[in-house]
Formats: sequence, structure tokens, C-alpha cells
Amino acid sequence: MEALWNNYRWAIILVGLLIIGLMMSAYIVNEEEQAVVVRTGEPVRTVNTPNGVTGPGLYFRVPLIESVRKIEKRVLDLEMTDEEVLSNDQQRLLVNAYARFRIVDPQRMIERAGTTEGVRVALEPILNSALRQELGRRTFAAMLTAERGNALANVKVNLDREARQYGAEVIDVQIKRTDLPSGRPLESAFQRMESDREREARTIRAQGTRDARIIRAEADAEAARIFANAFGKDAGFYDFYRAMQSYDETFRKAREGENGRGESSIILSPDNEYLQQFRGRR
Amino acid sequence: MQIFDRLKERFGMSGSGLAMADKNPWGGSGSKGDGESSSGDNSEGGGSDGPRNPWLPGGGSGDGKRRSASIEDIFKNRGPEGPNRGGSGGGPNFRMPERPGGGSWLPIIIALIVLVGLALTSMHLIQPKEKGVVKTLGAYTRTLDSGLNFTFPYPIETVEIEDVEGVRAVNIPASGDSAKLILTGDQNLVDLSYIVRWRINDLADFKFQLAEPIETVGEVAEAAMRASVAEKTLDATFTGAGRAEIQQAVRERMQETLDAYRAGIQVVGVEIAKADPPSEVVDAFRDVSVAEQNADAARNLARGYAQQTIAGAEGEAEAFDKVYEQYRLAPEVTRQRLYYETMERVLGQTDKTIVEAEGVTPYLPLPELRRRATPPAPITAQAQPTEQGQ
Repeated sequence: MEALWNNYRWAIILVGLLIIGLMMSAYIVNEEEQAVVVRTGEPVRTVNTPNGVTGPGLYFRVPLIESVRKIEKRVLDLEMTDEEVLSNDQQRLLVNAYARFRIVDPQRMIERAGTTEGVRVALEPILNSALRQELGRRTFAAMLTAERGNALANVKVNLDREARQYGAEVIDVQIKRTDLPSGRPLESAFQRMESDREREARTIRAQGTRDARIIRAEADAEAARIFANAFGKDAGFYDFYRAMQSYDETFRKAREGENGRGESSIILSPDNEYLQQFRGRR
Repeated sequence: MQIFDRLKERFGMSGSGLAMADKNPWGGSGSKGDGESSSGDNSEGGGSDGPRNPWLPGGGSGDGKRRSASIEDIFKNRGPEGPNRGGSGGGPNFRMPERPGGGSWLPIIIALIVLVGLALTSMHLIQPKEKGVVKTLGAYTRTLDSGLNFTFPYPIETVEIEDVEGVRAVNIPASGDSAKLILTGDQNLVDLSYIVRWRINDLADFKFQLAEPIETVGEVAEAAMRASVAEKTLDATFTGAGRAEIQQAVRERMQETLDAYRAGIQVVGVEIAKADPPSEVVDAFRDVSVAEQNADAARNLARGYAQQTIAGAEGEAEAFDKVYEQYRLAPEVTRQRLYYETMERVLGQTDKTIVEAEGVTPYLPLPELRRRATPPAPITAQAQPTEQGQ
């Protein structure tokens, strides 16, 4: 060992220095990052930018003078805070959107915004105001549905224009949530839903009653038709026949009284039709 | 780890009971070995004042004599006949342990650690469900399939392994959250919760395109769900068909958006777990279903009445027809017969008073009538106490 050291001292020192130098000057840029080489505070070149010629891999810098700043290359998320938007028919809606963006010009980003967080901070108010402006031109119902895609495309264009100044590119803007603001608007929506349902319940009940009455009336009519059909054959006999039934029915209580005797009393005149034979008259 | 195991085996074979050299290069650092030969065993079994030996096998030292082997022993035993240790720090000089300078083993140890590190970072056992992306000097070069794969060791190539077959589920709203109300197209609110199931489609895209792919799935799902529900009416969100349409629409919308992001994610399915009216108005909604049942009940009752009425009418008409048939054969006699029969029935059961002549005031037996009316009352009155008495 000592012999080795004695014989190759300079070589070993040289190799050591080389290794140290390599470690100080080489750097790896990963697939998911891009890098800006800053020479004494000034960005001089970039590596692995989305539209650049260099890819990820092993790169070198001048030690001590140049430093490397790595920046996310992947798509980043810009989430806005809940924003109350007034539609053009004066209704309030709580809107929450997000945008997806990507740093395409890291050199400019470092100069203008510093970090990706700086880009977010710069873009968020722009997203908010662009969204408010765009949605404010629409009616409440349109905000909810139909022209959503159209409005978002406009917001995206506006936001992208601003983002370019910070070296970022906006890929997509989406509305994540549209809610009614809590308090009055939400309560009145609940009230409306409730009254809506009450009306529905009432209608359903009324329909049920109506249907029931119709069904009964139809049955009554059918019964009348059946009766008329049968009894119409001889009205005179029906009158008699029905009268007999009616007497039976009228005095039925009497017949089925407690002790087998009715409680009705009938006062008959001897001239009564029934009693015409009573005196042996013929 | 495998290397450590192998070393341990060798120590076991070469346990020749050599006395430990006072100067053990392992010093007191028992944690350098593996867990099995803990230092506690040493102090118990050895009981001597010698330095702790991490390689000492536990339990086999009841006689106080050390049967352990040090790393020096191995090399000493292997030295002449075993294969050379390959030019590492020890060099050709196998007499090294006898030199007082124990620190001279350090290069070998460093070399061993480096070797283990190299082995660990160049060998990758990938499970059947998994895939791995390889970055060569930071640049994505290839995707590893399952099985045993080899790459260049750490600083040159790195591997990130991810489960690509497993379907992951996102609950929205997350289980802790309170109800999230979604606006429907007719400006009503619905309390909706759903599950999005997804898996990794393209691992390289998944790793390198989105900074936060998993959060993105949730956000995209929420945007798609709200957009889809806003196209439907409130009632449609409650019906099975409407729900199926929403699920389908959300899935397509999500896939479109994620594909636009090149997220490498495939949406397997979207399931609406619950679509309810908001709790604030749930009573009104229940009342609607109660009303539906009420209406149905009313209709059923009416139908019952109708059947009864018509059947009754038919019976009555039929009865009349039968009698009329007979009547036609002998009208006068039948008429008389019916008349007398009815009168018999009617008058046979009632009190009759016949007023013979004019001017005679009939006596109405009112007290008698009252007497006859009263008996039932005591009977029922008596019946109750006897029932209670039983």
C-alpha cells in the first residue's frame, strides 16, 4: 500500500482531483425536469425545455461560476380560490376553476417570476378576473351548462396570453365547481326545491283523487247500463218487482230484530189491498 | 442482503474457536452486522471483558469459550487455497490482520458496501402487476416488464417501479368531507357521491407528463361530473337510466381530458354511489313519494268499488231476468204470488193494528213497545262483568 502510494503519488492525486472536478461540474437533468444554467446571476442556457433541442441526460457546467436551477417540466396545477361570480341576470354563483400549465421558457420564467410558485401567484388573479369577466357576460343558466366550453376556451386564450410573459403555457382551463353561495341564494334554492316538490305532491294526490272518481263514475254508469238493459224489457213488472224488494228491504230490520219480532208497527186499514180477502170479499 | 447471508454462512462453517484478537476491526459497532447476532447475546454468552463481537453466533458459548469467527479468520482460512479476493483494498498481502494497524481493512469494507449497493441498484425484481421506468442518466430510455431485470447501477440508471395493473379508486367527495351539492341543469341541487376507478395506462406518460397525476384524476373527475350533471334535470339524476348516462358521460369526458394531458391514465369506470336530494329538502321529496302511494291507493280503492258495483249490478240484472222469464209465462199468478209472499214476510214480523171502522180511536200500545225495546240493554250490561270476572 505504501509502495503504491510512493510510486503513484501524483497519479492518485490527479485522479482524485479529476473526480472532484467531475462531481462539481457534471449534473444530471432528469426526464421530468428542465434546467437553466445561471452564470453569475444571469441565465445563459437551458437544458431539456419542452421546445428545446437538448434532451435530458448528463451535462457539464463550469464549477463555481455557473449554477444550475432545475425546474419542473411536467404539467403543473393552478387552482384558484372560490370566486363569487355575478351573472348578467344578477345571480350569484360560486365558481372554482383550475388551470393546467407548463413552463416552456424557463429562462424567462426565472427572470420574470423566479420560481414556479411565483408563476402561480402571478397567474391566479388573472385566472380569477378572466373567469369572472367571461362568465359575467352570461346568464345564470348559461353559466351552468350550454356555453361552458366556449367560455372556458376564451378564458384559456386570455390566460395563456398572460402566462407567456412568465414563460408558461396554459394547457387547459376547467371549471371544477359551480355552487350557489351559502346563505340567501342557497336557502332560496332549497325553498324553491321544497315548494316545487310540494306542488308535485299535491298534483299527484289530486290526480289520484280524479282517477278514483272517474273509475267510480264509470262503474256506476256501467251498472246503470246493465240495469236499464235488463229492466227496460218490462217497466211495469220492474216497478212491481222492485217495490216488493223495497218492502222487504225497508222492513228488514224488523224481521231481523232481537227477539225475532220487528219493532215496526203497521196500522192497516181494512180497505188495504192486502186485506181485501180478509172479509171474504170476492 | 444476500451477500450478508452468504457471509454469515461462511462464518458458521469456519467457526474454529479461535480466540479473538483484541483489536477487532468491527469494534463495538454491533449494528453493522445483521439483527440475528445481536450484541446482547455476546455479553451474555461471552461474559468476558473482550470487545463485543457482532458476528458471534448466539447460544453456542456456554463454556465461556468463544467459537466465533472474525472476518480476519475467514480470510486467513481462505487465503492460501481460496480464490483471491480480487484486488480490493487488502491487496496481495494476506498477513494484514497480524499487523497492529486494524484500520487497514476499511477499504475492503467500503468496497463491500459499494458492491452491495451496486447489486441492489442494478437488480430489479418486478412483480407481475408492476412495471418500471428506466432513466439512463436522467433520460427515460425504456420500460421494464415484470420479472428479474438488470440495469446499470445507481448513478447511471435509476428505476421507478409502479403498479400498473391494479385499479385504483378515488371516492368523491372524500369520506371525511361533508356533502357536496351539485347544481343540475334545472338549477336544483343534488347530493352526489361517486367512485372513479382508474389505472395506469402508460407508465412513462404517467411519470413524466403530469406533476401530480393522482390529484389530477380527482380534479378532472369533479369537473367532468359537474359538467355532466349540469346537462341533466334533477329527476334524471335519480333515475337509473339518467345515472347510467351521467356515468358514461363522465367517463368519456374524463378520458378525453386526461388523454389531452397525456396523463397515461385510463378511466376504468365511474360509479355513482349515491344521488340524493340535499338533506335540507329531503322531507319534501319523501312527501312526493308518499303522495304517489296515496294516489295509487285511491285508484285501487276506486277499482275495487267499480268491480263490486258492476258485479252487483250484473247479479241484480241476472236475478231480474230469471224472475221475469217465469213471470212472462204466467204474469198474473206470479205477480199475485210475489205480492203475497212479500207481504207475509213483511207483515209476519211486525206489529199490526187494523183499524176496523171510522171513528174508532186506535190504542197504540206505547208502554209495551218500550218494554220490548229495553230488554237488550241489561243483557249486554250483564255480559261485560262476567267477561271480566273470568
